[in-house]
Amino acid sequence: MSKRFLSHSLFRPASGIDQSTLVENKPLIQSLERRLFLRQGLSLGALTLLTGCDISNKESVQGVLKGFSQWNDRVQAWLFDPTKLAPTFSEAQVVKPPRFNAYYSVDEVKPVDPATWKLKVGGLAKDKRPWTLDRINSLPKVSQITRHVCVEGWDYIGKWSGVSLRRFLETIEADLSAKYVAFKCADDYSGSIDMASALHPQTQLTTHYADEPIGDAYGFPLRLRVATKLGFKMPKWITSIEVTNDYPGGYWEDRDYNWFSGL
Amino acid sequence: MTSTHVKPAYVLVHPGIVRLTHWINAIAIIIMIGSGWRIYNNVPIFSAIQFPLWATLGGDPDLTYARNSDVGFSNALLWHLAGMWLFVVNGIVYLAYAILSGRLLGKFFPIRPREVAVTIADTLRFRLAHDNLTIYNAVQKLLYVGVIAAMILAAISGLSLWKPVQLQALISLFQGFQGARLVHFLCMSAIALFLVVHVTLALLVPQTLFAMITGRVRPASRISLESAE
Repeated sequence: MSKRFLSHSLFRPASGIDQSTLVENKPLIQSLERRLFLRQGLSLGALTLLTGCDISNKESVQGVLKGFSQWNDRVQAWLFDPTKLAPTFSEAQVVKPPRFNAYYSVDEVKPVDPATWKLKVGGLAKDKRPWTLDRINSLPKVSQITRHVCVEGWDYIGKWSGVSLRRFLETIEADLSAKYVAFKCADDYSGSIDMASALHPQTQLTTHYADEPIGDAYGFPLRLRVATKLGFKMPKWITSIEVTNDYPGGYWEDRDYNWFSGL
Repeated sequence: MTSTHVKPAYVLVHPGIVRLTHWINAIAIIIMIGSGWRIYNNVPIFSAIQFPLWATLGGDPDLTYARNSDVGFSNALLWHLAGMWLFVVNGIVYLAYAILSGRLLGKFFPIRPREVAVTIADTLRFRLAHDNLTIYNAVQKLLYVGVIAAMILAAISGLSLWKPVQLQALISLFQGFQGARLVHFLCMSAIALFLVVHVTLALLVPQTLFAMITGRVRPASRISLESAE
């Protein structure tokens, strides 16, 4: 989600326009009234203004668009099948290392010290004792080779291992009928997912990538992996988990990205 | 105009529902292509192909950057995922009407390869291939059916990109996520090229444009500016 737009267009139709249709109407072109053509050209120009910069930033337009986004949240929750598994792939297809992505560049990553790191638990859970990395690693390990899809359009296949989020939520005796599971991160990133997705068999608190401890640039010591959501829905460098009924939003979700973002 | 000049009667070529869905579709296509180009620019499939910012939909980049720390990518996504409802619901209404009323079969089929060849040959010899606006010639039939197919495939590939896990059978049909992206892009390209021809011809033969607004044409009139006044 970096600022990258070319200021000039490199777009040229490779084959050009089919000339036969113009040839067909050659007598018309020759006899056209210039004024008529101009008038119609103007109305077409007015139509293209629709795509201009003004309309999108109007508050009323923003309101309509966000209304549709909330409608899409509801449709996606309805479409979501809690038993449907994301396709899995072979070890040979795993991309190493994984692709870096954050709201800043890779050399701005601040590594987390595992000796002092703790995972805080908050909200609707009975056991709120903070977790050390050793204690997380003592829970049964699950593993998956699935496709990671970014909202930007790129994807890769990765192998993630860690603790099932459902198992973790059961261990802390969380209220599994709550609406949201929210995450806060060491890098001031935050995010939240719906409980149905949190309980999906392929949703995990990830400690390892490709059988190695997950690297500093990719969320060490703990990141979320949700095989049924877009990449930005999976916070990295997690420092706290909260179970709640109050909509928590998130870093990109507060910046107009669709909240549910299910795959 | 002299009194001896008798104009033939107007006939209805485009029923109200066809005109309505046509213009809603026009708006939907502008929204989908405009926002799609902004989304595409963020991570292009072909590095040589980028769309000029002015032709894309997604708000003022500076304003959006100040608010959202991106240059309108999020706004383009909002447009795209809202516009898809307009595009798909309107498309279903049109197709349901066109199929149930028999219009689709009657107007666009059969498409005979021989007639296509003849129409192209006539066109190359500067012979007007469609002097009667109430019927489509073979090339028109082919182009309209083609663009309808491209729009249906655009919707299906788009749906698979939106829901690659829930609709994973579709994604494997497209040979993976990037395959679906490519198909989606190619459908857009086909629609955009069609639009160039379609809009150009509608402006060159204004009777067709008026017909899509009023619904009526004079069937016997040869194409000339006489009736455009």
